[in-house]
Amino acid sequence: MMALKQSLELELVLCRTCGLAVSRASLGADRRCPRCQSRIEHRTPFSTEMTLAWLIAGIAFYIPANLLPVMHTSGLLGEADSTILGGIIEFWRSGDWDIALLIFIASVAVPFTKFIAIGLLLLTVRKNSRWQQHQRTALYRIVEFIGYWSMLDVIVVALTSALMQFQVLGAAEPRAGIAFFCAVVVVTMLSALSFDPRLIWDRRA
Amino acid sequence: MSAAPTSPSEGELPTPLVQNRRWIPRLVWAVPIVAAVIGISLLIRNWENAGPRITISFLSGEGVQVGKTLVKYRDVTVGRVSAVVLSADHQTVVVSADFSKDAASLLKADTQFWIVRPRIGVGSVSGLDTLLSGVYIGMKTGAATLRERQFVGLENPPALSHGPRGRELQLHAARAGSLAIGAPVYFRQFQVGRAIDENLLGDGSTRVTVFVEAPYDGFVKPVTRFWNASGIDVRLGADGLNVQTESLAAVLAGGVAFDDGPTEVLPAAAGIPGDFTLYKNEAEAMAPPDGDPHYVRMRFSQALRGLDVGASVEFVGVNIGSVVAMDLGYERQDKSFPVIVTAKLYPRRMGQAYEALAAQGKTESVETLAAFVGTLVNRGLRAQPRSGSLLTGKLYIALNFLPASPRVAFDASIRPLELPTVNGTFQELEANIGRLVKKVNDLPLEQIAADLHTDLKDLHQALSELHTGVLPNAVNTLSALHSTLDSADRTLDVESPLQRGLAETLSETRSTLQAVRELADYLDRHPDALLRGRRPQKMPQRPAALSSDAKP
Repeated sequence: MMALKQSLELELVLCRTCGLAVSRASLGADRRCPRCQSRIEHRTPFSTEMTLAWLIAGIAFYIPANLLPVMHTSGLLGEADSTILGGIIEFWRSGDWDIALLIFIASVAVPFTKFIAIGLLLLTVRKNSRWQQHQRTALYRIVEFIGYWSMLDVIVVALTSALMQFQVLGAAEPRAGIAFFCAVVVVTMLSALSFDPRLIWDRRA
Repeated sequence: MSAAPTSPSEGELPTPLVQNRRWIPRLVWAVPIVAAVIGISLLIRNWENAGPRITISFLSGEGVQVGKTLVKYRDVTVGRVSAVVLSADHQTVVVSADFSKDAASLLKADTQFWIVRPRIGVGSVSGLDTLLSGVYIGMKTGAATLRERQFVGLENPPALSHGPRGRELQLHAARAGSLAIGAPVYFRQFQVGRAIDENLLGDGSTRVTVFVEAPYDGFVKPVTRFWNASGIDVRLGADGLNVQTESLAAVLAGGVAFDDGPTEVLPAAAGIPGDFTLYKNEAEAMAPPDGDPHYVRMRFSQALRGLDVGASVEFVGVNIGSVVAMDLGYERQDKSFPVIVTAKLYPRRMGQAYEALAAQGKTESVETLAAFVGTLVNRGLRAQPRSGSLLTGKLYIALNFLPASPRVAFDASIRPLELPTVNGTFQELEANIGRLVKKVNDLPLEQIAADLHTDLKDLHQALSELHTGVLPNAVNTLSALHSTLDSADRTLDVESPLQRGLAETLSETRSTLQAVRELADYLDRHPDALLRGRRPQKMPQRPAALSSDAKP
């Protein structure tokens, strides 16, 4: 791996809004970008702390999101509350393994991946590790990219509830679980957003 | 972290800025704390709401699904099946169900559980919603104070699931007829309750438990009579065809009806008993009580085709009993096969007659009754089979006084009493007709016919003679008579000379008579004229008439 010079060593700060590299010395007391007037920080302040806080909130929300029913369906065949895992199992058993797999990836695999990935990033940054820095950056990009795909479940419930309103014949209503699941997605996205990937590359003594 | 070293050069201004920026990001920790609080509160609530787990054993777990089948009380979900296992002895299915906490108080020692399946009976259809939704477990809470966690489920739902107010009554009957559980109970054609249970008692009789709902249970009084309202009662009476039924449902599923019985036979019971007799039909229910039957035996020397067990026995037209058995006997003396009919008689059905007899002490014991029957037999009481209907040929036994019948000895010591019999009227009639037919048969019909034939021949001959000999002469005579009459007619005609002469003669005679009358009048007034002759006229107004008349 090539030992590239870091911005700190070059006394440069990058404006993350307009991409202008500013000399650290030229920054005023309010540290605004001379070009776009947005605030310039060398590193996002409290990045790891906020990421950790959002991550913990996400994990906390993930528990009720899975325990509580996400949708209530009623119709001629009776009524049922379905949880995310229950729905996956039901689809799997009834032979729709593809749908089950899709929901599993969107609702279980993706959030868990995010939890683990962000946790890993936080841990390595905190330890000032220099292990697999390229891969970790890639991992961060992946986490950022897949973040909103977790909304699949929320969209499914929202669409089903909106479309399936046939009174006695069949009706679907969202239940509290989906709100928690939505919160999980939002909070983990915020978590990923508050992580400053440049920390991966920082070499501190 | 990195912001700290940049600020101190500028003095006091950056300090609060740094403080703020150190604080605001920390507020993000509120989010996981709130999330944790929500999660924990949910878990606590879930744990708090977890109610008791009960087990119910059923003979069959048909349709019960783990996690899906619900336990419902008054159609509200109170629990969910959590496990279905076989019992240790493999005889029953043990269903475990998790109850919600607020429904735990429903679990009394006598709480009943049953599986609600679609049931289609004749009288009712229930549980149709379970056709699509699958079965559920219904329950009915009890009144016991003891709590219980293990129950034995019912195989059939109880007729009354939610304890409406009213009264349960026990009806006793020899047989339940076509009554089904759930059959309606009617009071004057209004449904006021249902049959909720049927039992076969140890003595072989049946007991039907009916439930009369609350506002109507006041109609059940000590005098109330219950009867089986099943089926259609078609009666052809003097007032025409009469079809009576409580309702179509009762026709199909059977039913019970009740009404006030005749009040004069109110039993002396002080309280309202819960036990009643279920009568076969309304007529039987409304009849005064029969009392104990007395058995009598009758020996008929004729064939009794058309007499059935159950045929009525009538005393002077009043139904007082029925035939219970018919046997073929054998008489050694004359080697005949009499028909022995056993009948039970209810002397109480004789009404006032019975009361009068009872007042005389004639019915107190079998002996006095037998003696009384003996006197009746001596007066001519006889049993006689009679045709109840010419259409069906069914017979009944009539007990009538036939004083003309030959006297028979009545043995009052035989038990059951043996009533003397005479042959049926219809059979007598048959015999008479037979004799008549025989007489007709015996008539010398051919001889009569031959004689008649010769007579007719003679008659024919006489008539032909009449035709050829007598008739032409008669025609001639008649034409002569006709001409005679014709000439007579001419003679008597108004225009004929005879007539005219006669008229003139008559006119002359009339004027002559007038003159004679005037003469007589004159003589009457002047009798002296006979001697002195006619005096001169003093009446100038009639000189001509008088002078002309008086001259001759």
